[in-house]
Amino acid sequence: MARVKAKRIAAAPVLELRGVSKRYGRALVLDKIDLTLAEHEVVCLIGASGSGKSTLLRCADLLEPIDAGSIALDGRAVSADDRDADETRRQLGIVFQGFSLFPHLTALENVALAPRVALGLTPTAAEKRARALLKQLGLAAKANAYPDSLSGGQQQRVAIARALATEPKVLLLDEITSALDPVLVADVLEALRALAKGGATMLIATHEMAFAADVADRICYLEGGRIIEQGSPEKIFGAPRDARTRAFLKRVRSVGASALR
Amino acid sequence: MTAARSARKGTLVAVVSTLFVATLLAIAIGSSPSWPLVQKAFFDGTYFSTSLPDVVGAFFINIQLFVLAEILILPIGLLIALARSITNPAFAPLRIFATIYTDFFRGVPSILLIYVLGFGVPALRLPGVPKEPFFWALVTLVLIYSAYVSEVYRAGIESIHPSQERAARALGLTRFQALRFVVLPQALRRVVPPLLNDFIGLQKDTALVSILGVVEAFKQAQILKSANFNFTPLMTTALIFLVITIPMTRLVDRLAAKDRAAQQGGAR
Repeated sequence: MARVKAKRIAAAPVLELRGVSKRYGRALVLDKIDLTLAEHEVVCLIGASGSGKSTLLRCADLLEPIDAGSIALDGRAVSADDRDADETRRQLGIVFQGFSLFPHLTALENVALAPRVALGLTPTAAEKRARALLKQLGLAAKANAYPDSLSGGQQQRVAIARALATEPKVLLLDEITSALDPVLVADVLEALRALAKGGATMLIATHEMAFAADVADRICYLEGGRIIEQGSPEKIFGAPRDARTRAFLKRVRSVGASALR
Repeated sequence: MTAARSARKGTLVAVVSTLFVATLLAIAIGSSPSWPLVQKAFFDGTYFSTSLPDVVGAFFINIQLFVLAEILILPIGLLIALARSITNPAFAPLRIFATIYTDFFRGVPSILLIYVLGFGVPALRLPGVPKEPFFWALVTLVLIYSAYVSEVYRAGIESIHPSQERAARALGLTRFQALRFVVLPQALRRVVPPLLNDFIGLQKDTALVSILGVVEAFKQAQILKSANFNFTPLMTTALIFLVITIPMTRLVDRLAAKDRAAQQGGAR
């Protein structure tokens, strides 16, 4: 297990969620979530499906309005209802479980679209940035390929490059290896490790416990829309204090090595 | 090798059997006692060749009508479709107007609208309002077919999975940018076959404007028919329409088959 941590984490929070609650109809999906993310920090959200991980990320990305609480980016309160919510979204990158690449655009065009359209870069500058990102993610040779001719792992790396193209302050990753063949997962996780090493600030929802233990500065265990326990990977995986965390981890381990890859 | 040979054999069998049946039919029809009468009234060679130049000449009016109409319908239909797709409550009046528009113009018989607009509006003698039947024929066809085409566009837009718009918005694109760069390019590709289908209907419906006295191909054929009391000019007109519409239907079939293959293959 190659350690990628041991880096300086700035004190000022980049992303700060205070008492964030979210309902879908009657169901309370997020229940007064408090979570801060410092610059260069990597936080992993773990928990069963339906525990609120994805909703938390979508709310943090202002893709869904919240019902209570507040979100601050770089100390500035932001909301999905803001006039400049689009501008805020440019400062946040999100990668979805299902890739959601644009099928009518090549890998390069997928990555270059937001810099050109949302940031207003010239086509040449946007393309240059996109090429550099694809190269960084090991996809230089696939720049002109359409998504449907790429493997799942390659598509997901294009999606990561696309999310990085607006140079976001925080990268949000929503179970991005869940839809992948086990053999393709390694590539994607390797790419994330490299990003973490490079100092990216990331909030990662994941089922990959070994990966989380390896890459995260902090682990948050979610259940029923609440953060039950958070702490260093050593603490959460080694000596969880809450009975619910212990029960979850025990369940995950009993599923076998595949869930702990 | 074997597959190619059996395919060739299949084609040969198909050609021979078709020719055989066609010959039998021709003999059966040709030998029936009433055939000379039918042939004289509908398929007279002399009337065909004399009517052809006149009907073809008049058909240029039909071509002008549908080409102009199609050029106008493509953007108007899209605007109506977009108006119906806006979810912002502030734009509710626009959405309601677009909905009423499509309901109305898709639900009223074309010939009735052509009649009302083509005869009724010029009869008002409003200053500055054109009286030419061609103008009103064009307006009516554009109004009706924009409604149809807007529904085609809308179906195309709605067929694009919401995750596409969400991904675009997540990148910081505005709602309009997401529509313009992500949703519409994909939607427009999908709507080409149904769009062409509507245009085939439009091309045929240009004959309806004959009721306004516009001398297009059908009206011209009617005039020739009345002059000689022979239906052959109408058959000539039918033939000219078919020359235009059959290749287009084939094209639609091919595009649709290509789309199906692409979707099954998981291609774009």
